[in-house]
Amino acid sequence: MAEPVVAVVGAGPAGLRATQVLVEAGLCPLLIDEGHRAGGQVYRRPPPGAERPASDLYGFEAGRAQTLHDLADALAPRIAYRPGTMVWSIAKREPAGFALNCLGPQGHGRIAADRLVLATGAMDRALPFPGWTLPGVFTLGAAQIALKAQGMAIGRRVALVGAGPLLPLVAHQYAKAGATPVVVLDVTPVWAKVRAAPRLAAMPATLAKGVWYMLAGALRGQPVRAGVRAIAVEGTSRVEALAWEDARGRRHRVPCDAVAASFGLRSEAQAADLAGCRFVFEPVTRQWQPERSPEGRSSHPLVYLAGDGSGIGGADVAELQGERTALTVLADLGRPRDAAREARLDRLLARQAGFRAALEAAYPYPHHLVETIADDEIVCRCEGITAGALRRAATERDAHEMNRLKALTRAGMGRCQGRVCGHAAAEILARTLTVPVETVGRLRGQAPIKPIPLREPV
Amino acid sequence: MERLTVDVAIIGGGTAACAAAVAFRETGLTVALLEKRLCGAGASGVNFGGVRQQGRDLAELPLSQRARLLWDGLNAKLGEDVGFEATGHIKLARSEADMAVLETYARDAAEHGLALQLLGPNALRAEMPWLGSAVMGASLSPTDGQANPRVVGPAFARLARRLGAEPREHAPVRHAAHDGAGFTVEAEGVTVRSRSLVNAAGAFGGVVAGWFGEAAPVAPLSPNMVVTEPLPPLVTRSIGVVGGDVYVRQTRRGNVVLGGGRGTADVADGLARPVAATSLGAMEKTLALIPDLAHAQVIRTWSGLDGEMPDHIPVIGPSCTTPGLVHAFGFSGHGFQLGPVVGEILAELVTQGRSASPLHPFRIERFADWRGPYRSEGEIEH
Repeated sequence: MAEPVVAVVGAGPAGLRATQVLVEAGLCPLLIDEGHRAGGQVYRRPPPGAERPASDLYGFEAGRAQTLHDLADALAPRIAYRPGTMVWSIAKREPAGFALNCLGPQGHGRIAADRLVLATGAMDRALPFPGWTLPGVFTLGAAQIALKAQGMAIGRRVALVGAGPLLPLVAHQYAKAGATPVVVLDVTPVWAKVRAAPRLAAMPATLAKGVWYMLAGALRGQPVRAGVRAIAVEGTSRVEALAWEDARGRRHRVPCDAVAASFGLRSEAQAADLAGCRFVFEPVTRQWQPERSPEGRSSHPLVYLAGDGSGIGGADVAELQGERTALTVLADLGRPRDAAREARLDRLLARQAGFRAALEAAYPYPHHLVETIADDEIVCRCEGITAGALRRAATERDAHEMNRLKALTRAGMGRCQGRVCGHAAAEILARTLTVPVETVGRLRGQAPIKPIPLREPV
Repeated sequence: MERLTVDVAIIGGGTAACAAAVAFRETGLTVALLEKRLCGAGASGVNFGGVRQQGRDLAELPLSQRARLLWDGLNAKLGEDVGFEATGHIKLARSEADMAVLETYARDAAEHGLALQLLGPNALRAEMPWLGSAVMGASLSPTDGQANPRVVGPAFARLARRLGAEPREHAPVRHAAHDGAGFTVEAEGVTVRSRSLVNAAGAFGGVVAGWFGEAAPVAPLSPNMVVTEPLPPLVTRSIGVVGGDVYVRQTRRGNVVLGGGRGTADVADGLARPVAATSLGAMEKTLALIPDLAHAQVIRTWSGLDGEMPDHIPVIGPSCTTPGLVHAFGFSGHGFQLGPVVGEILAELVTQGRSASPLHPFRIERFADWRGPYRSEGEIEH
């Protein structure tokens, strides 16, 4: 019998570790990755010729980054590696398995796979605020990609705003790269961090790194200001300044030429959606994610999940999960099991889960801010749909569910297919209807996962 | 469990069903409408959005022409903009044989009062200079056009509710029967008693007809649709081709919507999905027609579930087994333009027992002797 074809989608920490386990077991998996070089977002590698020292790019994580890059290089000749390739459609294949439609350097291609390991990562969650569509406003992830992949900063004087532990880290990276982080603003309340502190202490090393980045910022004269409100980017044709109100109600304004914003992370789960996985609402981070068992199983017997694409855990968790999930694949293929290794990973993952829950509690998704979004603020930037239009559709046009809201208003119908606006639109809809956000559902995924050209590129 | 007693129960929540609910309320009848998911979200909401008379089966032309008159007044009636624009519908010929088909159809259509303009190569280039070289001629129907299918059905549903109808969404019908005194319709969460019953169940119309001992071979049909990001205005008219393997229009917003071929239909979960290879094929055919779209990006593909009859025209008319039961289903991929008028016709059938429109070709009895399964295939012409 021919070897089963296992396709791993995504070559970040989770996908690389999963691939490693499969290769160690003698399989020759497919590794399909949108990136031109493996590493994912967090350990994104510069293109050849534009490298910078790992310590500058990845800080404390330089060692991990280097290890994963070395792993990717070692795996490449032993697998079917498809870099620069987007899986844009996943369909059932008869009698079992999947047909993946890909677009890569050689144009369109079709790949047959018996089992899938989806390690598709995450992206920033956006939340509209005045001026958020001005040129010069980026997501935090985009600010990092510019730095890691291109050796560029998004501006000379950069303000960082949002919710999450990554703000001081990116501020630090920007300072190291020679840019000036002018201010770091966190909209989540101080008490949330205080309350979560004891549980965060369960992972002292990780907590220490976070504290170090904050202290480094404070030493630069850039302490993280928490509990801020009324963030607004000012400027006529591009970013000129950032204004906000501090926790005590005082107004501030600082000139800057770029803003990096992030309100937490959202799973990039469109591939799981197309593969037919069942989704569940995750109440802590308030988002729909593909259902994943601790062993890495989805609701579909031939689809496995690992990493941030199916639940936000960060890079370290992603590595552990990639390894754990691949062991499950091997078990399901009837390969000999290593119970001790499985148990060790399960223990580590359980410990990380406790830390993650505390981290999410410390930086909750600031959904309460949707009330402050003015009616004339654009929520869906692809289609130019305002918060007011969404609210009117809810109250006047019986839009009680996200796909109906999309049909009636076009929100989520544009180039990003709701990846950017979907969460905020759902929060606005739920608030308007005064129902829990999970009751308005989620936007159904459709191929292509990201835009593809009408004419095949060759 | 909710219990309703009404004059008319409607199974299905597509445009025709919701338009019927409006028409019943306008005649004073009480109405309950039962939709398995959301009103206007099935075939009514996911179709191409063509509002065309040209190219239809000649038997459909009287209905389609009557429907066309309604489209002009739809915004006013519904109280919102459904995006209807009389951009014209142009059917392209890619061979001499295609042109002969268009010439014959134009002659036949003229006898039904539909004036089409035949365009030779020169006239066509002058009119649409951006067409690719594969196109040899065309037939133009200037009064046809396009609209936004996603909003029409929901708008009719809201109007029906405003007029006092009782639409119930997420209420799939489990069974319906007639007990001599009236109909009982059992749906999830609600049971409806009614004097009359409308079967507007789309792809499931045959199942409903079967409950009343009537044969109606309906096959699932799922168009394969593709849309680009918004582009500057280019495609001035709604485009179809002889043979039907591709159709294209540009929305007011600028997106180019194109279709061709079929998705896959999962009758079990009632959902249809696009097929990647089919999408790529439709993209290639579109490029052959409109080479200037080479740099457009495709942002979404989709499909939906319609019902198709073996002769590609719907079932519209009274049941031949059960007085009080009226059918309207199996629109075979081209029901969008007819939806509003079918609502009126259903109301005529229930209140007067007959319609102002000729319905003989659509009678359900034509399938009384049908044996064996029916599988829908081939192109869906637009």
